[in-house]
Amino acid sequence: MKRPAILALALAAALGSASCSDTGPRNSGVYLLLDTSGTYAMELDKAEQIISYTLTQLDGLDSFAVARIDTGSFSEKDIVAKVTLDDRPSTANQQKRAFAETIASFVDTVEAAPYTDITGGLLQAVEFLNEKAPGRKTIFIFSDLKEDLEAGYVRDIEVELEGFEVVALNVTKLRSDNLDPREYLERLALWQQRVESEGGTWRVVNDLDRLESLLRG
Amino acid sequence: MAFDSWLGITPYPGISAFIWVLLAIGALYLARNPAHRAIQAIFQALGALAELASDALGKGEKRLATRNRDVLLAHGREAKERVIEREFERVADTVRKDLAGHPALQRRLSESITRIDEDHQRAVDVPPDPPGWVKAVEAVAKLDNRGDSTVGTILSEMHRSLVKSHDRALTEYRGACRERHGLLKRMLPEWRRIQTTLNQVDRNVESVLERSRSIDRHIAEYGDLVRGTDQALRVLSSSSLVQFFVAALVLGVAIGGAAINFSLIARPMAEMVGGTSFIGGFRTADIAALVIILVEISMGLFLMESLRITRLFPVIGALPDKMRVRMIGVTFTLLFLLASVEAGLAYMREVLMQDELATAALLRGGEAVQGEYLWITTAAQMGMGFVLPFALVFVAIPLETFVHSLRTVVGLIGIGVLRFLAFVLHLLGVLFTHLGSALVRIYDIVLFLPLWIESTWGGKSRSGARKRAEDSYAEVRS
Repeated sequence: MKRPAILALALAAALGSASCSDTGPRNSGVYLLLDTSGTYAMELDKAEQIISYTLTQLDGLDSFAVARIDTGSFSEKDIVAKVTLDDRPSTANQQKRAFAETIASFVDTVEAAPYTDITGGLLQAVEFLNEKAPGRKTIFIFSDLKEDLEAGYVRDIEVELEGFEVVALNVTKLRSDNLDPREYLERLALWQQRVESEGGTWRVVNDLDRLESLLRG
Repeated sequence: MAFDSWLGITPYPGISAFIWVLLAIGALYLARNPAHRAIQAIFQALGALAELASDALGKGEKRLATRNRDVLLAHGREAKERVIEREFERVADTVRKDLAGHPALQRRLSESITRIDEDHQRAVDVPPDPPGWVKAVEAVAKLDNRGDSTVGTILSEMHRSLVKSHDRALTEYRGACRERHGLLKRMLPEWRRIQTTLNQVDRNVESVLERSRSIDRHIAEYGDLVRGTDQALRVLSSSSLVQFFVAALVLGVAIGGAAINFSLIARPMAEMVGGTSFIGGFRTADIAALVIILVEISMGLFLMESLRITRLFPVIGALPDKMRVRMIGVTFTLLFLLASVEAGLAYMREVLMQDELATAALLRGGEAVQGEYLWITTAAQMGMGFVLPFALVFVAIPLETFVHSLRTVVGLIGIGVLRFLAFVLHLLGVLFTHLGSALVRIYDIVLFLPLWIESTWGGKSRSGARKRAEDSYAEVRS
C-alpha cells in the first residue's frame, strides 16, 4: 500500500511542477506598417512577399495586422487587414488565404500618401498588440524611415516599447542619402536610439531574400 | 603576507625558516607518542567502519540473492504450472475428442468382424456330392451288349444323362465358387476399414502416451523447482535474461509502431482539441493523441488478459467465464471503435496536409499541385491507422515477459552492485589499516634527527626511546 502511494505522489508532483513551469501566453503578435508615401509606394510588391512569408510562419491564436503609413497613421482606419488565427489548423488556413487576398487587393489599389507619419503608426501598432496581449510582440516597419509630418501633427511623444521587437524592413536609400550617406546612417541610428531608449529591441533587415531571420526565436 | 611575517622573526628569512622547522620538529617529537596513537586510532576506526559497511553490504547481497532466488523459483513454478496445466488440457482434449468416440469405434469394429465372420461362413467351399447312382451305372456299363441294341440304347441314354448331370453339377459348382469369391472380395474393404480404425486407435494412444511423457518431464522439472536445485535455478536465471532481452527488443519495435501511430493522429487531433493549447509544456493535441494510443494499449492488455493469454491482472483472470466473455466483447468493441477513429484521423491528416500545402503554395504565389496517386498514400495512412491499434494489442505478451524478467534482472544487477561495493569497502578497510601504520612510519621519518640523537646520546633514555619506538610499532602491528 505504501509504495503505490509514494509513486502516485511522485507522479502528481512531477505533473504539478510541469504544469507550473510555463504559464504565459505562447502566441505571437505581428503588426506590419507599410509606408505608402511618395515613391516608396512602388515597393509594395516586396511587402506582399513579406506578408505572405509571415502568414506561413504564424500558427493558431497568433495575431497579425497590416496597416498603412500615411499622413495621419494613428487611426484604425489605416489598418488594411487584421486577423487572429483560429486554434484549428483548417480554419487558420482559410483565414490566411482570405488575408492574402485582402492584401493583394490593397496593393493593387493603393494610392501614394503625401506625408509619412511613422510614429503615429507605431503608436497604433503598440495599442493593437497590447490589446491582443500575445506572448511575443513584433512590429515590422516597411519604410525608408524618413518621417515627414504634416503641419499640426504632434508626434514628439514617448512610445512605451517594453517587450516589443521593432524590425525595420527594406530601408531604402533616398536620393539625398546618396549625396550624403551620413543622413541615412543618422536616420537609422536615430530610430534605433529611440526604440531602445523606450525599452524595445531594434533590428534592420534589408536582405529580403533571407526572410527566415524575420521571425526568429 | 602571513608567510612573510612568519619569515620575518629574524632579519634573515632562511634563518627564520630554519628556526620554525626546528620548532616544528621539536613539537612533533614531544607529541610523538600521542600522535602515533591518534593516527592509529583514527585509521583503525576508519578501517573498522569500512569493514562493517562491507559486512552489511555482504549480508544485504545475500538477502537480495535469497529474495531473487525465491522470486525466480516462484516465477519458474508458476510458469511450469501453466505449462503442465496446458499439457493436461491437451490430454483432456485428446481424451474427449478421440476416446469419446471409442464406443462407436468399437461398435464399428464389432460390426466389421461380424460381417467378415458371416461372409467367411458363407464362403466355406463345400464340394458337390457325387451322384449316388454312379456305381450302378458302372455295373450296367460292364454288361455285355454284343448284339443287343436295347442295352446299347440304354447305355447311351445313361451316358447322356450322366454327362448332363455332370454339366449341371459343374455349373452349380462354378456358381457357388463365384459367389464365394464375391463374398471374399467383399471382405477386403472390411479388412481395410478395420486396419484404418486400428491405426487411428494406435495414433490416439500414441498421442496420449507422448503427452504423458511430456507431462512426466515437466513434472520432473517442477520437482526440481520445488526442491530449488541449483540446476533449475541456473536454467531459470539464464532463461530470464534471454527473455528480458528479447522482450525489450520486441517492446522497442512496439514503441516504434506507437510512435508512427502517434504521428498519424497528432496533427489532426489539433482540429479537435485545438493546436495551440498546452498542458504542462506539452501540446494538448499531442497529449490527446498519446492518451488515445495508451487507451488502445490498455484495451489490448485487457483483451489479452480476458483471453487468458497474459496474466498481469489476476482479477481479470479470476472472473467468471461469462463475465470474461463479456469483457472480451467490450474491449474488442472499444478497440475497434478506436481503430476506426484513428483511420478517420489519418484521413483527416492527409486532408489537412493538402490544405496546408495549398495555402503555402497560394502564399508563395503558385498553385497547389494535386498528386495523381494521392489516394494511395491516403489509403495507406488509413490502413495503418486502423491496423496499428490491433497490432499494439500484442504488446501485452512481451510486456508481461519484460515485467517478469525485469524483477530477476534488477535483482541480479543489485546483487552485482552490492557485491562490488562490499569488495570496494573491504579494500578500503584494509587500506585504512595499513595507511595508519604507514603514516606512523612517515611521522618518524620527519623526526629522524631527534630520534637519532636520542638513540646515540640519550644514555639512559636510549633504552626508553627504543622501548617507546617498539611500543609504538607494536601498536601499529596490532
